[in-house]
Amino acid sequence: MDAELTRAISGLLTAHDPATTPVADFLGARFDAGLAWVHFPEGLGGRSAPRAVQQEVNDAFAAAGAPTLDSGRHGIGLGMAAPTLLAHGSDEVRRRFLRPLWTGEEVWCQLFSEPGAGSDLAALGTRAVREGEDWIVDGQKVWTSLAHEADWAILVTRTDPDVPKHRGMTYFVCDRHAPGVEVRPLRQATGEAEFNEVFLTGVRIPDAHRLGAVGDGWRVAQTTLMNERVAIGGHAEPREGGMIGVLARTWREHPELHTPAQQDALLRLWVDAEAARLTSERLRQQLAAGQPGPEGSAAKLAFARLNQQISGLELDLLGAEGLEYHDWSFRRPAHPSMLDGSPGYRYLRAKGNSIEGGTSEILRNIIAERVLGLPQEIRVDKDVAWKDLPR
Amino acid sequence: MSGDTDLGYSEVEEELRANVRALLADRAPAQATLARTETEQTTDLALWRALAGELGVTGLPVPEELGGAGASWREVAVVLEELGRAVAPVPYFGSCVLATAALLTIGERKILPQLASGEAIGTLAVPFAKPPAGAFPTDVRVSGGLLSGTVRHVADALAADVLLVPAVAEDGTPELYAVTGAYVEPMVSLDMTRQLAVVTLEEVEGVLLASGSNAAAAVGAALEWGAALLASEQLGVAEWALTTTVAYAKERHQFGRPIGSFQAVKHRLADLWVLVTQLRAVARAGAGAVTRGVDVPLCSALAQAFASGAAVTAAEEAVQLHGGIGFTWEHPAHLYLKRAKSASLALGTADRHRARIAELVDLEV
Repeated sequence: MDAELTRAISGLLTAHDPATTPVADFLGARFDAGLAWVHFPEGLGGRSAPRAVQQEVNDAFAAAGAPTLDSGRHGIGLGMAAPTLLAHGSDEVRRRFLRPLWTGEEVWCQLFSEPGAGSDLAALGTRAVREGEDWIVDGQKVWTSLAHEADWAILVTRTDPDVPKHRGMTYFVCDRHAPGVEVRPLRQATGEAEFNEVFLTGVRIPDAHRLGAVGDGWRVAQTTLMNERVAIGGHAEPREGGMIGVLARTWREHPELHTPAQQDALLRLWVDAEAARLTSERLRQQLAAGQPGPEGSAAKLAFARLNQQISGLELDLLGAEGLEYHDWSFRRPAHPSMLDGSPGYRYLRAKGNSIEGGTSEILRNIIAERVLGLPQEIRVDKDVAWKDLPR
Repeated sequence: MSGDTDLGYSEVEEELRANVRALLADRAPAQATLARTETEQTTDLALWRALAGELGVTGLPVPEELGGAGASWREVAVVLEELGRAVAPVPYFGSCVLATAALLTIGERKILPQLASGEAIGTLAVPFAKPPAGAFPTDVRVSGGLLSGTVRHVADALAADVLLVPAVAEDGTPELYAVTGAYVEPMVSLDMTRQLAVVTLEEVEGVLLASGSNAAAAVGAALEWGAALLASEQLGVAEWALTTTVAYAKERHQFGRPIGSFQAVKHRLADLWVLVTQLRAVARAGAGAVTRGVDVPLCSALAQAFASGAAVTAAEEAVQLHGGIGFTWEHPAHLYLKRAKSASLALGTADRHRARIAELVDLEV
């Protein structure tokens, strides 16, 4: 971190005392000073600094007790929408959206998956039809976290059904409060509704809110998805920081439950969790300097499996107590965290880890094809117009 | 905490890797290594001299005033990766890791320069399966100033000029001797590229190097650092298995398409890649811990608790995914399987290292 950057940080902290400045004001000032995403251009929250110094800047603000946004509520905006807006948005779009996204004044969600397009996201059928300076959107999206709290959504649509599926998509920013956007809670196996279904009926989106060219939505979506896998799998944890810490504490607090076989099962998972943690740490060290790549898929794959094994063993360890569940009543959790829930909740919620954000099977395909360079699957849908695909 | 360790490779380390890899590709091709296993001289002494003389990698962690390179164990780990990747039949682990670690621990200054230059080869005369956290070895006893006893399964003893022999004095004190007059007999070993030996001492003279807690510390450090660093060799073995199998899956056609286009194959290779990336992080954490002297017991136990199974899985997958050719003598896959399985038993099996972790992080029964 150079002297100019250090000066800029201390100047900001002097002018805006983190202890007394309202959060949105502080973050707004940080954005305006080019200290939000330092590698972004000037005027868009950055100062075209190397991406590698971002962590040091974050650390400096954290050390001064500066506020940050809740990653549960703003994770999609910060982690996925922001890099996509930067990479593919017009100047007007970037100026309109990045600042309130960064300050937390506007919440974002992601309208990608559909009932008929899960792993095969490129098969999606939500139609957008051009009408003058606008697009009219009709369709149904699913697995949308935060849709009930969001102000804006990143949205992928079908704009040309007559060409093969990857070519006929277009990417938009969609006003979640626009007429025709209806959000319904989607209840999961845990009993709670962390996600939503979103029905889009005659929703009007100005063409100015398009990201990338008409028909180029798949390429734009790749930017979002690469950042999603990094966001899910790529952040640093201390030793015993994740689910394994919960299991280790359960073991230490319940000597009456110990058996040698369960100890060996616990130790195997402890070793695997520590190896996975070090792998993420190594990835984080490499990412600090560069761009996210498909390696993030490996971290997500590893943690999904580990979380499922660890939460399963936790119920085994608890024995009779593992027969209980804390609450089946319908609720909308504000900040879902597997670490705070009950053991039964952890066991059930972890089942989603190998499905959400790319199933483990799709992640294995990505690793095999993009990292190892193995030949692609034989594809029957590549040269067929989207409208002619069996569904 | 290990989180502070740099888990990557420096430019200097990458350069070192390239040099070692080029030398091994030139002087230790797989067919020559395979052929050597059925000769009288199972150690490649010409390759050893090249590593020592041309590349100067035999004294990396030894200070310059003792004839070493004044580098660190991180660089040793990079050399081990490449030696594992080639299953090179040289006594590097015994001489440049086990013996060097023991001598550095006690501040020895006479033998160390000879090992650092590579002009002499040494090893630690302990059973290769011995875990670091165990009791001091009692295979050899001192009586009337002379050493007697038998140590089985000693690694890199066949080429050794000097053996570092842990021995128990008449009053029970642990001691460490340098011995040149032992009888060393080759054993038929599962790992054909690291042939073990039986070391027999019959009233042999030795030079006393350390006594009491110093001797115990030297043996303990050699085994503990060795366990941490062996993971880098295991990483090299696993990396060979992965890259060779991926290449084969791209070129081998069945049912009119490369076998690597079948999900049943590509998903196994994706899982293997994840495992090898994890093994790399664990191995770098181990090398970093030994270099910095921080968190060594845990990083060492973790290294073997993880690397043993990971390298064996990689080698076993290589055999299976190569199909028939992978089960033949002519294909080198079996050399890597034998190395991986033997290394998983070396310096304690994974379950012993898990038990050590349980002690260290309070997860005991």
